[in-house]
Amino acid sequence: MTRTLATARRVLQQLSHDRRSVVLVVALPSLLLAIFRYVYDDSPAVFDRVGPQMLGLFPFVVMFLLTSVTMVRERTSGTLERLLTTPLRKGELVAGYALALGLAAVVQALVATAVGLWLLDLDAERPGAMALLAVVDGVLGTALGLLMSAFAVTEFQAVQFMPLVVVPQILLCGLLQPRDQMPRALELVSDVLPMSYATDAFSLLAVGGTLDAELATDVAVLVGCCVAALALAGVSMRRRTA
Amino acid sequence: MMNNSVEIVGLRVVRGGRTVLPGLDLEVPAGQVVGLLGPSGCGKTTLIRSIAGVQRVESGRVTVLGEPAGSATNRRHVGYVTQAASVYPDLTVAQNLAYFAALAGTGRAAAERALAEVDLGDHRSSLVGALSGGQRTRVSLAAALLGDPRLLLLDEPTVGLDPVLRRDLWQLFGRLAAEGRTLLVSSHVMDEADRCDRVLLMREGRLVADDTPDGLRTRAGTPDLEQAFLTIAEQGAAA
Repeated sequence: MTRTLATARRVLQQLSHDRRSVVLVVALPSLLLAIFRYVYDDSPAVFDRVGPQMLGLFPFVVMFLLTSVTMVRERTSGTLERLLTTPLRKGELVAGYALALGLAAVVQALVATAVGLWLLDLDAERPGAMALLAVVDGVLGTALGLLMSAFAVTEFQAVQFMPLVVVPQILLCGLLQPRDQMPRALELVSDVLPMSYATDAFSLLAVGGTLDAELATDVAVLVGCCVAALALAGVSMRRRTA
Repeated sequence: MMNNSVEIVGLRVVRGGRTVLPGLDLEVPAGQVVGLLGPSGCGKTTLIRSIAGVQRVESGRVTVLGEPAGSATNRRHVGYVTQAASVYPDLTVAQNLAYFAALAGTGRAAAERALAEVDLGDHRSSLVGALSGGQRTRVSLAAALLGDPRLLLLDEPTVGLDPVLRRDLWQLFGRLAAEGRTLLVSSHVMDEADRCDRVLLMREGRLVADDTPDGLRTRAGTPDLEQAFLTIAEQGAAA
């Protein structure tokens, strides 16, 4: 536990020495959301319907990229190899990273939600649930980033995992076309992609009212995906390399 | 109390389709500074990584401090300094050492002591990325000293350092060994062999000599260690 916290603190210290990255982490999804808002300046109803979806999507994408690149940098710089010769356990390393970057995801999602609600006039019936979903999506991005970074040997590969892992989820999550109207094969694929459940949850929020059980199921699936991705990231890390 | 810090039997390592270590046997006794010398590409780093427990091994047995290399116990007692300074350039010296101290389960006092050992007390608040290459190497070395290791694996720790610093570091290595630690130090600079209690000469993945510096001179019949290495290497090639 001490080593997990020490690792989390170290990752945050590294981030704090990079001011520009701090600004980007905190403000980027909010900025994207603002652009999205003014694209639909003449039809605020569209922004109210799709805006919350973006509130989940942007932190997910940003945190995925940030996390996978950070982790691959640890690998290419030789510090990962060194860490694996210390008493630090693989699970503690993954947990430390998840804690630090998960915290960044929380800050980012909360800022984006606040900006959406108060500056961009996003009309939400349940702002609390919306903020929670945005946070879960950001943390999911971190968890998937940690998992995928295990398969990336270079930063070049890690960056390309973004279109590989994230874009299909955006295409299939039901945002462009309701999932039950897609070809059956794609619908089945979308059933196992976490973003589908995030989109579904945001849609339920937009409808409002009495769908708490379904909403809770979606959130549970998303949290389960986070836990599974982190566990796999720990298991798939190899102490010995070629 | 065991006599050997490291025991290797029939170590075979293949990297990228190339056999780097074809089958290596080695015993490193405790409490000595052992130099691992040989041209670059001869397998020094691969051997050190195998002892650190991070090298995927084809076959053979690597026993370190009486346990399989890389075991949980060993990770508390073995300090590994990679060739590139593997510390965080975007943290200060003090932050780096505080992190590695936490991993080693020790505290501030150990970090201060390690900082003094490598003579970097004046730089504790500097970002490691802003230090010179030699200073970075010393931060990396300090990080390995934190856990009070019984075995130190140092991969080319003196590359690019000025002569004064190199002398200071070799004196430090001597002090650490006098405290009962074992040091395995790789280098491709022959004059550093003279500062070791024992020298392993390596060539193309094989150990061609395992002797004291004086023993090597006697065997090759020359007072010059560089010449001795050449003679022994050629004997090995001819045999």
